[in-house]
Amino acid sequence: MRQQLCDALVSRSVNPDMVFLTGDLGFMALEPLQQGMQARFINAGVAEQNMVSVAAAMAREGLDPWVYSIAPFCYARPFEQIRNDVAFHNLPVKLIGNGGGYGYGVMGPTHHAIEDYGILLTLPNMRVFIPVFDEDVDAVISHAGAAQNPSYLRLGRGEIPLGFEVPKYAPWRQLTAGGGMVVIVAGPVAGTYIDAFQSLPEEIRPNFWIVSELPLEKNPLPLELLKQMSARQDLCVVEEHVRRGGLGSELALLLLEKKIEVGAFHHLYARAHHYATYGSQNFLRAQSGIDVKSVLAVVAQKSLEF
Amino acid sequence: MILTDKTLTAARKRLLQMHFESGVGHIGGNLSCLDAMMLTFHEYVGDEDRFILSKGHAAGALYITLWSLGRLSNDTLKTFHKDNTLLAGHPPASGINDILFATGSLGHGLSLAAGTALALQLKGQSGNVYCLTSDGEWQEGSTWEAMIFAAHRRLSNLTILVDHNNLQGFGSTHDVASMSPLTEKLSGFDLDIQYVDGHDLSAIRTAIDKPSDKCRIIILQTIKGHGVSFMEDRMEWHYLPLKEEQYKLATQEIEAL
Repeated sequence: MRQQLCDALVSRSVNPDMVFLTGDLGFMALEPLQQGMQARFINAGVAEQNMVSVAAAMAREGLDPWVYSIAPFCYARPFEQIRNDVAFHNLPVKLIGNGGGYGYGVMGPTHHAIEDYGILLTLPNMRVFIPVFDEDVDAVISHAGAAQNPSYLRLGRGEIPLGFEVPKYAPWRQLTAGGGMVVIVAGPVAGTYIDAFQSLPEEIRPNFWIVSELPLEKNPLPLELLKQMSARQDLCVVEEHVRRGGLGSELALLLLEKKIEVGAFHHLYARAHHYATYGSQNFLRAQSGIDVKSVLAVVAQKSLEF
Repeated sequence: MILTDKTLTAARKRLLQMHFESGVGHIGGNLSCLDAMMLTFHEYVGDEDRFILSKGHAAGALYITLWSLGRLSNDTLKTFHKDNTLLAGHPPASGINDILFATGSLGHGLSLAAGTALALQLKGQSGNVYCLTSDGEWQEGSTWEAMIFAAHRRLSNLTILVDHNNLQGFGSTHDVASMSPLTEKLSGFDLDIQYVDGHDLSAIRTAIDKPSDKCRIIILQTIKGHGVSFMEDRMEWHYLPLKEEQYKLATQEIEAL
């Protein structure tokens, strides 16, 4: 999504108040932005704590700061700066974390970001954007840019089957429909399920939803989804994020509060920061049980009841 | 407007009164930086300028300084540290226009000040930014990140004041982290470094007035608990509130300064 990010930010940078800060990242990706923005493109160096506070101060002065780094260096290292300087003051600083989830794969757990949005959503005023497809990035930049709050953009690598037409961006989108369970997925991993779900027989094909904005109180569930869940359908939530603080737990709370009774509640999630051996994003997804094969095993359970 | 001895004495006394009435400590580190803070606000911080208190535990000195400028009332000062107050133990995130950031966790203020200074430059505004840090917070890595950033960008509209009272939470800065002399630690940076008596108003003025095209850092040699004999240079006055007898004695000593 880096190419799309660069394009979207280049378009946005006609706004003279926009400032871009990077933690020394962007080689072979962000040069057009650097050339276009000149002094407003700031390589803040390998100093993420300072970078976030500088961005907070710039927002306080009315500028429009965007902060970029590899995802964990964007939220974990400077967490207190995000909490105290950005969130406590409700400043519209946009944090862009590249390689969310297991995006950096074999680079190892120091580079993984599987607790990012859970942690950030504990902070006041924080909004989270998780584009699913590369084509979503432009709209996500616009949505985050329009918000007067702090926000975090979790970027990954969009994956779609050949010939798939990406639906126009919306915070909630339904990708497949059928008589199967409700499946709700956050992040680009959703793209890896499309082919398999589409191939399932109609009676067990899931009502497959993707969600791109959190928290849910700022992005309410669509009526159609509520209707599907209220029919006591089984629900399967998948995310490339740890169990605690993620979409699964937020949805479970919401269902309890709204007294929506679903059938079985399946939660598939990133199970570990690292396993005994290292591997690619797809390897780690399989280890965690969120690869397409593992998800199909849950979704196709329904077929046993027929 | 020139800061007079009379105004400064009134502020010192009001600081003691506020802390006594609310039963609150942190007096030593407030008295060490009050002189420089009062001078900076009264003589240098105009509408276009910004002041950021990095040592948030000197919130009392900041509230008193704003009171001395008529921006906080006596009624507001009476609420210091009480329930439903704006005047918390550390500066509030909102509600007081002159306070830009809720500091208190050390090592944030210098980055905030550097970001503010760069923002003013990018917007073509002429204001100056003043940042008051403690000496202990130079043990925070983020303070050095900010220093690298400010020096590299030659933020000539940024003046850093260091309240170098040599005492931190649980020991002297020298014993805890061998930071002395701080000027030597900083001397490798492309900065304008000055070292002055932090209770000598004319010396501080001269330091601030010195023209420079670099980021300026003024290390203020100060005394924790300045002006009160039983507090001076004693670590316990980082924490202790005043008892009534102590309050009376301290006020007398401040008046005699």
